[in-house]
Amino acid sequence: MELRRSMLFLPGNNPGMLQNGGVFEADAIILDLEDAVAPQEKDAARWLIAQSLKTVDYGLSEKVVRINPLDTYARQDIIAIVPCRPDTLLIPKVEKPEDIKDVSQLVAAAETPGQTPVKLIALLETPCGIAEAYRIARADKRVVALAFGAEDYTAALGAKRTKEGAEIFNARSIVVNSAAAAGIQSIDTPFTDVNDREGLLADTELAKQLGFKGKLAINPRQIEDIHKVFNPTEQEIDWAERIIKAIRKAEGEGSGVASLDGKMVDAPIVARAERILYLGRLLGLAEED
Amino acid sequence: MNRLKPAQAGTLESNDIMITVAPGAQASGVVIELESIVLAQYGEAIRQTIAAVINRQNVTDIYVKAVDRGALDCTIQARTLAALDRAGAILQKELI
Repeated sequence: MELRRSMLFLPGNNPGMLQNGGVFEADAIILDLEDAVAPQEKDAARWLIAQSLKTVDYGLSEKVVRINPLDTYARQDIIAIVPCRPDTLLIPKVEKPEDIKDVSQLVAAAETPGQTPVKLIALLETPCGIAEAYRIARADKRVVALAFGAEDYTAALGAKRTKEGAEIFNARSIVVNSAAAAGIQSIDTPFTDVNDREGLLADTELAKQLGFKGKLAINPRQIEDIHKVFNPTEQEIDWAERIIKAIRKAEGEGSGVASLDGKMVDAPIVARAERILYLGRLLGLAEED
Repeated sequence: MNRLKPAQAGTLESNDIMITVAPGAQASGVVIELESIVLAQYGEAIRQTIAAVINRQNVTDIYVKAVDRGALDCTIQARTLAALDRAGAILQKELI
């Protein structure tokens, strides 16, 4: 499973940001054709993103392009962008499985021979999208994650958006659960006050606690803090290593259940420990097996 | 191909280039007027990049005004393509 702790939005019509996207060390960079680009500049941004995808070195960052919604410019975006080999498209305002199926068909038609299939991430930012989250997650094999956009969502609800986020608690839980049930990742809404570092850390901690695998970011300054929260801690890695050791010992003795520090260790605990170690090894924080 | 209409793409922000295109006089070829903060160092390279994009589209008799603010090659190409697109020049599909 790919690392998507941080996914950083870069405005699609800003050459300075696009050309420097690789230096921020985000797990993914999102070249944005939607909200960051004025309607009369969509065409110019399409050309700019197309050329950037072909020539700029984005290092290890996953190259994601947020296209426009299906009822506006999605078709033109897909035709122009897909042949330039982005890794993934972020689809805004997805409300039903058919939206994903339509996008998938357009992407398939635009892909060039031999091209690695373009992945899709569904951005759920309306009450309908949240209500259909599970079916959207399972709509197409290209879908690798559900992402949550809280600003549009709370506006549609008519609820006040707060830093504490009580108004989005239910939607967040639905997104996480739907993605997990479909076996894909869930990515949390961005924290929009770039000057509030404590707020970002608290909001990211909450996202991790709920089960999100990463968070959208709107400023490069947010990346380090987001990674800090999503990286496994030393204590978590130590715990995970002890779990694996205990279960292996038990298995050697013919049992599928072990005990550690007086607590039962069974399959779900082992699965969590394995995920922590996998992430730790991927990030060079845990020793190889 | 001289059915161009005047068009513009890009901005005057740092790392960008503003490209304005207009129909040129018959048999005038590709005329590029360039203003750049790095004219002495990269002026010729910028002209060549713009001209190459225009030539690939088989566009002739065109006047181009380019105001550069330190754009990279990919930005120069993208803004030239966008200006040509807006001017009504038919773009070759393989460039997309």
